[in-house]
Amino acid sequence: MRTARGIEDLLRELAPQVLGALVRRYAQFDACEDATQEALLAAAVQWPAKGIPENPRGWLVTVASRRLTDQLRSEHARRRREDTAAARVPAHDAIAPAPEDETVVDRDDTLALLFLCCHPVLSPAAQMALTLRAVGGLTTAEIASAFLVPEATMAQRISRAKQRIKAAGTRFELPPETESADRLRVVLHVLYLIFNEGYMASSGPHLHRSELSREAIRLTREVRRLRPDDGEVAGLLALMLLTDARRPARTGPDGGLIPLAEQDRNRWDRELIDEGIALVTGALARAPLGPYQLQAAIAAVHAEAGRAEDTDWAQILALYELLERISPNPMVTLNHAVAVAMVRGPGPALDLLDTLNGDARMAGHHRVDAVRGHLLEMAGDRTAALASYRSAARRTISLPERRYLDARAAALAE
Amino acid sequence: MKYLLLIYQNPTNFESLADDERNRLMNEAGEIMNELAESGEWVGGYGLAHPSTTKTVQVRDGVPAVTDGPYLEAKEHLAGFCLIQCETEERAVDIAKRWPDARLWAVELRPLMEEAGTEM
Repeated sequence: MRTARGIEDLLRELAPQVLGALVRRYAQFDACEDATQEALLAAAVQWPAKGIPENPRGWLVTVASRRLTDQLRSEHARRRREDTAAARVPAHDAIAPAPEDETVVDRDDTLALLFLCCHPVLSPAAQMALTLRAVGGLTTAEIASAFLVPEATMAQRISRAKQRIKAAGTRFELPPETESADRLRVVLHVLYLIFNEGYMASSGPHLHRSELSREAIRLTREVRRLRPDDGEVAGLLALMLLTDARRPARTGPDGGLIPLAEQDRNRWDRELIDEGIALVTGALARAPLGPYQLQAAIAAVHAEAGRAEDTDWAQILALYELLERISPNPMVTLNHAVAVAMVRGPGPALDLLDTLNGDARMAGHHRVDAVRGHLLEMAGDRTAALASYRSAARRTISLPERRYLDARAAALAE
Repeated sequence: MKYLLLIYQNPTNFESLADDERNRLMNEAGEIMNELAESGEWVGGYGLAHPSTTKTVQVRDGVPAVTDGPYLEAKEHLAGFCLIQCETEERAVDIAKRWPDARLWAVELRPLMEEAGTEM
């Protein structure tokens, strides 16, 4: 007998399979998605009381198909009422029989669904919401509460995303070989964004948001199962595990953020670290290098240091140099500067930071001032460091970051 | 990012507008609100009652004082607010630019603080 949690996990696992089976049969992604969601809700209500059916996937496909055909039938009837003279589709064509006998999992549609939900015509916010619902099997209410918006707002975002996919004329199939790699990068980026939403929130009072990290890890494991040889998939999963391992140590009892150097490393999750290190080591040995693998490798070097002062900064610096080469972006430069400071001192690090001055993407960004404050403090320039911390504190929109930066500034003002 | 859209008006000016002009302002705002609901960017919002109905509460040395009228003295007052969520600041500014009150008075855009954060 499964527990309620067990049933929930099973339903999330089956969600993309059921939706995939429906879309193959009926083609209409938006209507199929609604019908699948209804079947999942029906199961969540009935299974804990009546027990799990012998073939849970078949049960869900049957219930979802019935919902869908009911809907098609009533729409058809409505259209006939509206336009009796020209009913375009004969009833028996529009309504396929429910696939009662469907018992075998013929193919895995999870990847095709992920490609659809992370379609480039959608904004990242829409990609995340649709992925969580259609592939993750979360309800609109759950997604809304994770993103801290009213359910009506989230429902509208999801339905609009489905309309845009329909309008784009997207077919339910894997993208052609030439596009496949680029499209997979988008999927990985969406999973990474979902993970970060949850991870960054794990200090706040909205703890349910951290469920997003768990869900992102689960979905990335699914992608890895389907693309076991892709180094970036392994790299992303490793990065998530190694980052998530630090979660218990990243906040103090008062909810304040604890920087990496000051975290109690005994509280890091060893099991996640071991799995993450094994994954990234394997990927680096076999697959072409990519940014997720490099970021995971950096996280692994941190994880391997028993104390902050044991950190192998030379290796981290070498990894950041590689990362700047293959995937340059200002956020990488910021972290690169910190590694430079640890190896060569704050002077060269401040020079590197100055290269961001003309970068419109980082103009007025609080993270630049926060890092500058840190480097100036290392260099012994307390007055300038204080000014940088204050400037960063004024600019961040994160309450825990502002608390942290105000505290650094206050310590220097003493 | 979530933004609070603060809509300012001058109540004397507003009252002296012709009826159809006042209605047009409100319809225009209503249309933008519908559009934002449709796009999934609308989080919430309300118009506020006339500023003369305001109570200002101040507690000094444990003694509360309740006075009629707004805390800040200005000819303009807060007439309403909307909470929106946009992909970029540019998009939020574009929404504010279209608000009819921005033509006559002003609309202020304030980012909301978040509980989430990155350890540094």
